[in-house]
Amino acid sequence: MIKAIVNISLKAGVLDSQGKAVHHALESLHFKDVRDVRVGKQIVLQLDCDDKKVALAEVTKMCEDLLANTVIEDYDIELV
Amino acid sequence: MTKVTILQFPGTNCEYDTQYAFERLGAKTEILWHKADKLPEDTSLLVIAGGFSYGDYLRSGAIARFSPVMKAVEIYAKAGGKVLGICNGFQVLTEARLLPGALKRNEHLHFLSKHHHLKVINNGNDFLKNLSVGDVVNIPIAHHDGNYFIDADGLKDLEDNNQILLRYTDADGNIQNPNGSVDSIAGICNKQKNIFGLMPHPERAMETILGSDDGVAMLQGFLKA
Repeated sequence: MIKAIVNISLKAGVLDSQGKAVHHALESLHFKDVRDVRVGKQIVLQLDCDDKKVALAEVTKMCEDLLANTVIEDYDIELV
Repeated sequence: MTKVTILQFPGTNCEYDTQYAFERLGAKTEILWHKADKLPEDTSLLVIAGGFSYGDYLRSGAIARFSPVMKAVEIYAKAGGKVLGICNGFQVLTEARLLPGALKRNEHLHFLSKHHHLKVINNGNDFLKNLSVGDVVNIPIAHHDGNYFIDADGLKDLEDNNQILLRYTDADGNIQNPNGSVDSIAGICNKQKNIFGLMPHPERAMETILGSDDGVAMLQGFLKA
């Protein structure tokens, strides 16, 4: 079995309003050295598959088709 | 007679308002459950109504896009059939790539529910043909993810092909952007001008006693003479 961890975040250049709000909140808690905050989401998949190459191709297609909206989001895949 | 088919997904909640609006204008209507694999043959307008299909899980419209009925919608739209996506319907159409761009969380993260003024930008299409360019209408908005995003090249395409339908403004037609949308865009259409999407709810602006009947002239554009 392979575990795939997919991290999805807004593309660089696409304003991340939630990240900005969290940044402001951290500043008001006196964390003064935070330069930038990006909020994303993580999707963890358990795959009945033992071939990492196959798994990567499959999860990439999942990201392109459904898990991410590539108009505004980037994704990266980690296989464990 | 105009036949309006209105899609219903789990979580759709504007289908009956939409039905009321079009029947009031004299159209025949049918609400179609998302498991259908084809559209009624006499459909002259397909409406994807507002709401929260699939609870907005993953992204607004992302799951609904894969409902069985959407294959039929795609075939219908690509053959030139008229499609109108209102609010969540607009989100579904962008997720399905039937309209360009994407809808993000509102810039200030608030759910917005109020009347808002909109200015007509292009009227060379069925939806807005009863209005004039520059007209200001007052239409309710009710969304959390209405912040329209498109990249610079995409925006230029929209402008060059007269695809921008409406922009958010104040009562005098000056830009007033409630949600951070690129170029204050509230609604667009595709290049062929048969697929329309907007975040505001014209179907909720049918009676002056409820604040505005500016939606009448908009929806009437889809009715056969």
